[in-house]
Amino acid sequence: MFEIFGKTKLNIDFIGKRKFSFVISTIIALIGIFAIVQIALGNANLGIDFTGGTSVQLQFDKPVALADARKALHDGGLGEVELQEITDGNKLLVKLGKKNQLAVGKAAEVIPAAFAKALPGLQVTVDSTTEIGPAIGDKLRKDTLIAVAISMLGIICYIAWRFDFRFGIGAVAATLHDILAMFAVYYLFGKEFNLLFITAVLTIAGYSLTDTVVIFDRIRENLHKDLKGALHTIFNRSINETLSRTIITSMTTFMAAGALFFLGGSVIHDFAFALLTGVLVATYSSVFVASPVVIMLEERAQRKADGAAQAPAAV
Amino acid sequence: MPKGAGWRITLIIGFIALSCVYLVPTLMPQLPSWWKGLLPKDKISLGLDLQGGTHLVMEVETQKAVEGTLDLVATDLEDTLSAKNLRYKRISRTGADKVSIVLYEKETAAAVQKLLKDKYRDYEQVSSVEEGGMIGLQLRMKDEDIQDRKDKAVAQALETIRNRIDQFGVSEPVIARQGINQIVVQLPGIKDPQRAIDLIGRTARLEFKMVKEGVSPTGGMIPEDAEVLYERISDPVTGAVSETPFVVQKKALITGDLLTDAQVRIDSQFNQPYVSIEFNSLGGRLFDQVTAANVGKRFAIVLDSNVYSAPVIRERISGGSAQISGNFTEKTASDLAIVLRAGALPAPVKVIQNVTVGASLGKDSIDKGLMAGLVGVLLVIVFMAIYYKMSGLVANLGMVLNILYLMGALAALGATLTLPGIAAIVLLVGMSVDSNVIIFERIREELRLGKSPKAALDAGYDRAFLTIMDSHVTALITAAVLFQFGTGPVKGFAVSLSLGIIINLFTSLTGTRVIFDLFLHRGQVKKLSI
Repeated sequence: MFEIFGKTKLNIDFIGKRKFSFVISTIIALIGIFAIVQIALGNANLGIDFTGGTSVQLQFDKPVALADARKALHDGGLGEVELQEITDGNKLLVKLGKKNQLAVGKAAEVIPAAFAKALPGLQVTVDSTTEIGPAIGDKLRKDTLIAVAISMLGIICYIAWRFDFRFGIGAVAATLHDILAMFAVYYLFGKEFNLLFITAVLTIAGYSLTDTVVIFDRIRENLHKDLKGALHTIFNRSINETLSRTIITSMTTFMAAGALFFLGGSVIHDFAFALLTGVLVATYSSVFVASPVVIMLEERAQRKADGAAQAPAAV
Repeated sequence: MPKGAGWRITLIIGFIALSCVYLVPTLMPQLPSWWKGLLPKDKISLGLDLQGGTHLVMEVETQKAVEGTLDLVATDLEDTLSAKNLRYKRISRTGADKVSIVLYEKETAAAVQKLLKDKYRDYEQVSSVEEGGMIGLQLRMKDEDIQDRKDKAVAQALETIRNRIDQFGVSEPVIARQGINQIVVQLPGIKDPQRAIDLIGRTARLEFKMVKEGVSPTGGMIPEDAEVLYERISDPVTGAVSETPFVVQKKALITGDLLTDAQVRIDSQFNQPYVSIEFNSLGGRLFDQVTAANVGKRFAIVLDSNVYSAPVIRERISGGSAQISGNFTEKTASDLAIVLRAGALPAPVKVIQNVTVGASLGKDSIDKGLMAGLVGVLLVIVFMAIYYKMSGLVANLGMVLNILYLMGALAALGATLTLPGIAAIVLLVGMSVDSNVIIFERIREELRLGKSPKAALDAGYDRAFLTIMDSHVTALITAAVLFQFGTGPVKGFAVSLSLGIIINLFTSLTGTRVIFDLFLHRGQVKKLSI
C-alpha cells in the first residue's frame, strides 16, 4: 500500500490547537467582513453584472500604453473609465460605470471609434462587450443574495436533520468561514467580484460541506462505538482517521482546478483562482473550524448541565 | 456471477449505449440518412461564451403601447365627432389611462355620452367635470384591458423581432419572453452585433405626414396640431451630422401598417440605394387620395420621429407604391427594408443587457477550456493509478463513465455547454474521485483491522454509503439553488453540476462496485490491490 502517512497511526491533536486556529480564522473572517463592507460601500472592484454599466474587451495589433488609452477615451467623451490590462496579448478591458450616459447597445461602436480617432493606424478588435442596465444589475444582486441565503438555509436544515443542531452550527460556521476567506483573498488581490465569483463561492460552500460532513460522519460513528470516551479524544481520532481522505481529495480537486487556472484561458482564470483558494480554505476549515466549534458548543452545554453555579469559562 | 451483478452490469452497459446514441448528433456534423424516427436529434450546443455571439435582454415599454392605443381612440373620436357635426374644443389622451374630451355645450355632451357608451363599451366613463363653462368628459381604459394590451404588446414585439431576425439571417437564434415585459434574444456566431442590435431595437414606426407650409420651424408659434421633426444627415466622410427642421402635422395620413412589401432598389441615375414600398389596397387608395389632394405640396416620410425625406408631390400617385430615399448605404437601406417588412414594434424597446463575445475569444475559450479539462482529468487519472494501483484504475473507469454519462445526459436534454459548464465537469472529476477515495480509504482501514478483502470491501461500501449520500445531497442543494436563481453561464454551470452529482451517485455506488464484486467472486482472493 502506498499511503501518505504509511503505517503510523496518526494522532495529531487538532482540537487542542483550536485556540490558535480560532485566532487565525477570526482574522481571516474579519478581513472577509471588511471586504464585504467595502463592496457594500462601493469601494471594491465590483463586476458590472452587479453595478450596471459597460465593459468592453479590446484587442490591439500592437501595445497601447494605458495613459494613451485613457487619453483617447477621454477625447472621445468617455471621461470616467476604468482600464485593466489583460496579460496575454495586447488586450485591454475598458469599464464604464453606470454614470456614463451611454445608451445600452452603443458601447461597441463608440469605444473603438474613440481609439481609431485618437490613435490612427491602430487595429482595434472588440473581443467582447457586456452592457448591463442598472435595473438588471440591481435584480442580479438581489437574486444572488437570495440564492446564497436559501442555499445556506437549506444546508443548515439538512445537517441539523442528519446530525444534531450543534453539528449544524459547526458546519455552517466552517462554511461561512470559507466564504469570508474567499472574499478576503479576492479583495486583497484586487480581483473583480462578479457573478462567476459568486458561482465559485457557492460551489466551494458545497465542497466545504462535503469535507465537513465526511468528518462529522466519522465522529458520529465513533461516538456510537465508544459511548464513554472523552469527546475531545473521539473528535481527534475521527479527524485523524479521515485525514488521508481529506488530503487526497483536496489534492485531486486542486489538480483539476489548477489545470483550469493555468490553462483555462483568460475568461475562466479568476474563476479558477477562486476555486483554488476555496479548496485550500475548505480543507483547513473542515479540520480546524467545524469540529472544534462543535466541541466548544458541546463542552459549554455540558458545563451548563454539570452545574449552573459555575460561571462558564470563555473559550 | 455474484448475486445482483447481472442487472447492475446491464444497467451500466445500457447507460453507456444510451449515452453514445444521444451523443451521435453532437459528434456527427451530418447525420446519416437512416438516422431518423425515434433516434435523438438534440445535441449539446455551445454557449455564446464558447462560440461567440450576442445575448440581449430587451424591455418593452408597454406603457407606450397603452398610450398609443389611447391616442388612436382620441384620433378616432375626433373623426367621428367631426363627421357627426358635434363641436368639441379638444380631445386628447390624459395621463396613463384616459382620453379626455372637452365640449362647448351641454346638448352635445349628452349626445357624445351616448355615442361613447355605444362605441366604447369596454371603456369606463368617468363622471364629467365642468371647467370654465365647458364640459369635460373622460373615457378610462379598464385595468384588465390595460394589462391585456401590455401583454399583447410584448407578444407582438416578440413576433416582430423574430421576423426581423429571420430576415436578417442568423442561424439558430433564441428569442424568448422573460418575465412580464422582457424579451431575451440570443444570436450565436453573429459577425456584426452592432448592426443587429440597431435592427432589432428600432421601433420602425413609419408615418407619412404633411409638411405645414408657411410656418417657420425655428421661431414663432407652432400650431397646436403640428410638431417639429428633424431630418438628420450625417456626412459619410467627416461623420458630422446636420439637422434640418420641418414643421409637420401631428396627425399621420398613412402609417406603416398599410405596407405589404419593402425592397431595396438602386437608383439608376445616381447609383444610390433607396427603399421601394408597396401599400395594401387600403393604403394604396389613401395614398392616391392624399397625393391627388396635395399636388404641389410637400409631405414628410417619418420613421421613428425622424424625417427621412420630404419630397414635393408632383402628381397624383395611384400605383400603390412609393419610395423612400435618403442618405442610404446599401446596408442601411437593406436594414430599413427588413424592419418595414417585418412591421413596427407596438411599443419602443430598450436594450437593458447586452453581452457580446467575439468569435475569436469564444474559440480561444473553448480550446483552452477543453485543453485544461483534459489535462486536469489526466493528472487525476495518473495520481489515482499510482496511489491506489488497480483500484485506482477502477476509480478512473468510474470517472470516465461519469463523464460519458454526463455528456450523454447533456445531449439528451439539448443543453448548452458554457465555460462554467466545462468547469463543472472538471469539478465532477474531483467529486467522482472523492467518492472513491472515501470508499477506498475505508477499505484500507478495514483491511488494516485484519478483515478479508471481501469483508473489507463490503464494510467499506456500506460505511461509505451514508457519507457519500450526505455529501452529495448538500452539494445538490447548492446546485439546485444556483439553477433556480442563476442566469446564462451560471445556469449552465448548475445544470452540469446537478446532473453530475446524480450520475456520480450511481457510478460510485453501483458502477465501480460491480467490478470489485466480479473480481472477488473468482475464488479466494488473498490481496486487494488498493
